[in-house]
Amino acid sequence: MAQAGQTSRASLLPGIAALVLATGYLIALLAVEKQPLIIGLLAFGIAAVLAANWFGWLDPVSRSFADREDRLGCFAILAAFVVAVFFREDHFVLLLFVTVLLYVVATLGLNIQFGYAGVLNFAGASFFGIGAYTSAVLNTYTAIPHLLVLLIGGLLAALIGSLLLLPVLRTRGHYAALVTIAFALLLKTFLEVNDVLGGPQGMQVKPMNLFGWSFNDNIHIGSVELSFYFSYFVVSMVLLVGAFILVRRLERSWIGLNLDALRLDETAASCFGLDIARWKITAFLIGNFLIGIAGALFGMVGSFVAPNNYTFADSLILVSILLLGGIGNPWGLVVATFIVVVVPEKLQTIQEYRFLLYSVLVIAVLLFRPEGLLPRPVRSYFPGWRP
Amino acid sequence: MTALLQARGLTRKFGGVVALDRLDLDVVAGEILGLIGPNGSGKTTFFNVVTGIYGAHEGHISFDGADITKASSRAVYHAGISRTFQRSRLSLPLSIFDNIMIGNHKRLNQGLWFNLMRRGDFKREFEANYRAARALVEVFEPQLAERLFEPVAGLPMIDRRRIEICRALISQPKLLLLDEPSAGMTHDETKELMDDILQVREFNKGLTIIIVEHEMGVIERITDRCAVLNFGRKIAEGPYRQVAADRQVQEAYLGVA
Ligand SMILES: Nc1ncnc2c1ncn2[C@@H]1O[C@H](COP(=O)(O)OP(=O)(O)OP(=O)(O)O)[C@@H](O)[C@H]1O
Ligand SMILES: [Mg+2]
Repeated sequence: MAQAGQTSRASLLPGIAALVLATGYLIALLAVEKQPLIIGLLAFGIAAVLAANWFGWLDPVSRSFADREDRLGCFAILAAFVVAVFFREDHFVLLLFVTVLLYVVATLGLNIQFGYAGVLNFAGASFFGIGAYTSAVLNTYTAIPHLLVLLIGGLLAALIGSLLLLPVLRTRGHYAALVTIAFALLLKTFLEVNDVLGGPQGMQVKPMNLFGWSFNDNIHIGSVELSFYFSYFVVSMVLLVGAFILVRRLERSWIGLNLDALRLDETAASCFGLDIARWKITAFLIGNFLIGIAGALFGMVGSFVAPNNYTFADSLILVSILLLGGIGNPWGLVVATFIVVVVPEKLQTIQEYRFLLYSVLVIAVLLFRPEGLLPRPVRSYFPGWRP
Repeated sequence: MTALLQARGLTRKFGGVVALDRLDLDVVAGEILGLIGPNGSGKTTFFNVVTGIYGAHEGHISFDGADITKASSRAVYHAGISRTFQRSRLSLPLSIFDNIMIGNHKRLNQGLWFNLMRRGDFKREFEANYRAARALVEVFEPQLAERLFEPVAGLPMIDRRRIEICRALISQPKLLLLDEPSAGMTHDETKELMDDILQVREFNKGLTIIIVEHEMGVIERITDRCAVLNFGRKIAEGPYRQVAADRQVQEAYLGVA
């Protein structure tokens, strides 16, 4: 560490510059339709990042984010709103954007489980689906307020996930992962044969309605018309910001330290009084809670749920986002989710081969940058804090 | 004087190997006891059984008046026993501060609500612990105290050993178990580390230490008393000079049957 770093806080400017460039790039990528242009833009993006890295321009950016995260977080929210307002009438783009936001919430949950506690969960999409089905059932058969439905979706994902706790705690490493895979397959079969839940055809989900504000209709403000997905964007954003703050505070606390300690060395951790089971359970349940809430909102956004939407393959996508972004780094997850969700959607030509793309991406990252695109830095309990 | 730690008839086997063989050992409060013996004589196993990593097949251990024979590692730590490991077991990607705080588990507020929601109070606790960790590391190496938020992975062996000892000391245990703290260090480094340990003891008068060590110079210098193990059995006990002159001990070290 440079002496200067000890005394003065890093400047905000590199962080803001990076956010502005990223926002502009994202808008361009989402706006362009022609395939050759998109390919060109992607190539340009990769080249630009590699070049910036080569010239050492990324270091000031990461220092800026490390020291001034609260402020830059507010700018990032602003940037997201700029993008959403830009595409205010475009259903397709807004839906894509909302999908990204909710996937980030889900991977934040996985990140607590795997990134911090080291508990692999290959049933992420299943718990996401449990949230979505919760919305489908409760919105159809009950009049429970929809915010409460989201909460119940999270709680149910945690509750049903706790069925896995015993096997996950008893077994280690790969065996625990196998248990979650078995669960994913079981759940899919259960949904397919269950007529109340619509069987293989799935069921409709009534759109969200908050205090009389129906998310079914476009919004009219004066002469401006906003897509109804804009409402979902706002709610998803609130959820994402809440989840992000939760994950950050968790990491920057003694609990985050506990999770790291038990992931890295269970024996040493128990020699220093750590209750391994207690903290693994805590991490697993909080993680599932986030995944479930995200899924419940996603169900309402998509207005339709079916067993085929929440398969083992989708769980693998969530895990690959985690590996790609940088295990344990929430900012990395945001970047990685954009890549994994947006690129195949824009590049129609490779739609068929998206799983091939994912595998190539993950293998490339594991080979050349094993800690992910944005590796997790050493814990700082309070960004910018100096002794 | 009553013993702080008392082992009676302690036996632990691994398959056909009897790693501890009806071991009786008393550790008096406030002393530094050297635990010595040839390779494979059961020293590490004794630490592992005391700290609940392995169970005992026979015998009892009591600590501070309570029976801890069947206690879990967690319970043993909470009772006031901390240890270091023969092969360093720090969490390499974590910072020096984080590693030391792992050892302070029982004195940190572990409540979910406190950690997530009462950030102001958490910050005060964090700052108090930062000062405590810093003061402790300064005893060992003032320069290291300036770098508490650097990852442990980049540090040389001697600094890692120091941090491991700080991790064990930060919670102010009654009994400290040191398993070959000088392993992998040069002669001079070893001397430096032992000075540090003696200095820490000046701060923390009540601290009792059991140290496993192969360097007899170290043992002679810092221990009040020694116990010698061979094939899991105690073959001698007493001040270093007396033990070193013991025939059985010399035979054990020379490998004479
Ligand atoms: N987990 C284990 N599984 C099987 N055998 C073990 C295990 N731990 C120790 N042993 C055996 O128990 C005996 C005592 O080992 P221990 O590690 O306690 O010796 P030590 O005195 O610490 O030796 P050193 O000076 O080499 O560290 C050895 O024969 C060893 O092989
Ligand atoms: Mg040993």
